[in-house]
Amino acid sequence: MFYGSMFFQYLAQYMKTRLQYRADLFVEIFSDLLSQAVNFIFILVVFGHTSLLAGWSRNEIIFIYGFFLVPFAVFSSFFNIWDFNERYIVKGEFDRILTRPIHSLFQIILERIELESLFGAVTGIAIMFYSGIKLGLEMHWYDPFVFLLFVIGGALVYGGVFVMLACISFWADARTSIMPMMYNIGNYGRYPVDIYNKAIRFVLTWILPFAFVGVYPAAFFLGKREWTFYSFLTPVIGVVFFTVSIFLWNQGVKKYRGAGN
Amino acid sequence: MDKYIEMIRIRFLMMLAYRTNYYTGILIYAINIGAYYFLWAAIYGHKTQIEGLSVVQMTTYVAIAWMARAFYFNNIDREMAVEIMEGKVAVELIRPYSYLMMKTMQGLGEGIFRLFFFSVPGMLIVSFIFPVKFTWNPAVWGLFAVSIVLSFLINTQLNLLTGITTFFLFNNSGLIRAKRVVIDLFSGLLLPISFFPGWAQGIMKYLPFQGISYIPSMIFSNGFTRQAAFHAILEQAIWVIILVLPIQVLWSLAKKQLVIQGG
Repeated sequence: MFYGSMFFQYLAQYMKTRLQYRADLFVEIFSDLLSQAVNFIFILVVFGHTSLLAGWSRNEIIFIYGFFLVPFAVFSSFFNIWDFNERYIVKGEFDRILTRPIHSLFQIILERIELESLFGAVTGIAIMFYSGIKLGLEMHWYDPFVFLLFVIGGALVYGGVFVMLACISFWADARTSIMPMMYNIGNYGRYPVDIYNKAIRFVLTWILPFAFVGVYPAAFFLGKREWTFYSFLTPVIGVVFFTVSIFLWNQGVKKYRGAGN
Repeated sequence: MDKYIEMIRIRFLMMLAYRTNYYTGILIYAINIGAYYFLWAAIYGHKTQIEGLSVVQMTTYVAIAWMARAFYFNNIDREMAVEIMEGKVAVELIRPYSYLMMKTMQGLGEGIFRLFFFSVPGMLIVSFIFPVKFTWNPAVWGLFAVSIVLSFLINTQLNLLTGITTFFLFNNSGLIRAKRVVIDLFSGLLLPISFFPGWAQGIMKYLPFQGISYIPSMIFSNGFTRQAAFHAILEQAIWVIILVLPIQVLWSLAKKQLVIQGG
């Protein structure tokens, strides 16, 4: 209950600060749209040179991309911890976090909330509808519920991986460039895993399970029965990764000694 | 001049102090290149050539594009934005050097560091894993070297321009991100410009972005004829000169209407 009210308090503060720099808010939403457009253009240009990608058609790839945008939007709104090391560890800000009465990770999530990223979910759903109609996909009564489940699972996968990466800073306080680049790797879940070789497929499924944010769950809606097992593994993987990451985080906090000035 | 060389040296040493994270960085770049390699292999399917590039050339293109990025990429736009927002820029302005020149030199120090500790070992590792084809023609290497220096300059100039806009927008993290996204696509990092439909190529001819990644990568992967390579490098050089103008104009405007927020 206390966590809930804290959440809304921060939300209100967040709105105020965002509206202070209103022009920037629009530029930010615009830049998100732009980056989605860039990825979209990439797919379109690529399919100007081929008609099938390992047996997947253009509209199927577009659909996967649309799906990917939704959990990714949820993730980027709430887990803005890519600069955790510089912002909290190196500058010594984490000491302040530890004095707060709520769980340190939750406190950071609240401070770094970026709701405008949720806009990406709208684009994503629009893209899914666009390609879904072109593919002639039928919607079942259970699809919205499964969709919700998969989106939460996917967002937790992303959250788990990034929280784990943030935990590295508790043990090694050197600046790390892993986080920004991990965003690039995350993009590979957007393409059908069958185009990669076994090793990468394994990594994308079990180690950095980004395939569960894009292709696996999306395959369910595309009616690819051979992937159904993996599709429904999405929430499981999400919960497992996120739980492990919280465990690691708690261990890390115990280990934290303070750095910076 | 001495003070600027000192700035390069200091930034280089600063990066050296934090070098451990670069080993993981190389691994991640390799994964990155790998994923693009598989994507392109799937796109090629049974085709031997698309737009005059073979699969091997395409792999080389992707590998060199990413490794070159380590050299020309820097965050000086973000650094400038922070310094301007925190008011530190006021102190920088009264110091006896050109602020923009200092930022460029810091970027160069960073670039040189990454060239030696990231790009070179990274390229070696990548060439063992993927079918990358090096050329041992010294002329190609010479042209590539010139081209990559110019691409550093163009990218840095664009970063300076973006950084300066902080003076007018106060908070421009959105713009910085938008610029990065646009550069990734239009510079040819993600896919060669020649893959775009004709009308889009026509527009991009009049933009500086392809000088950042497309030109050096095409030179390296032997996608250009010698004639075309010379022509492309000339184009890069022209852009470097053209971009000086908006930077100077915006910079003098910015200094006049400088507002220090806090500080």
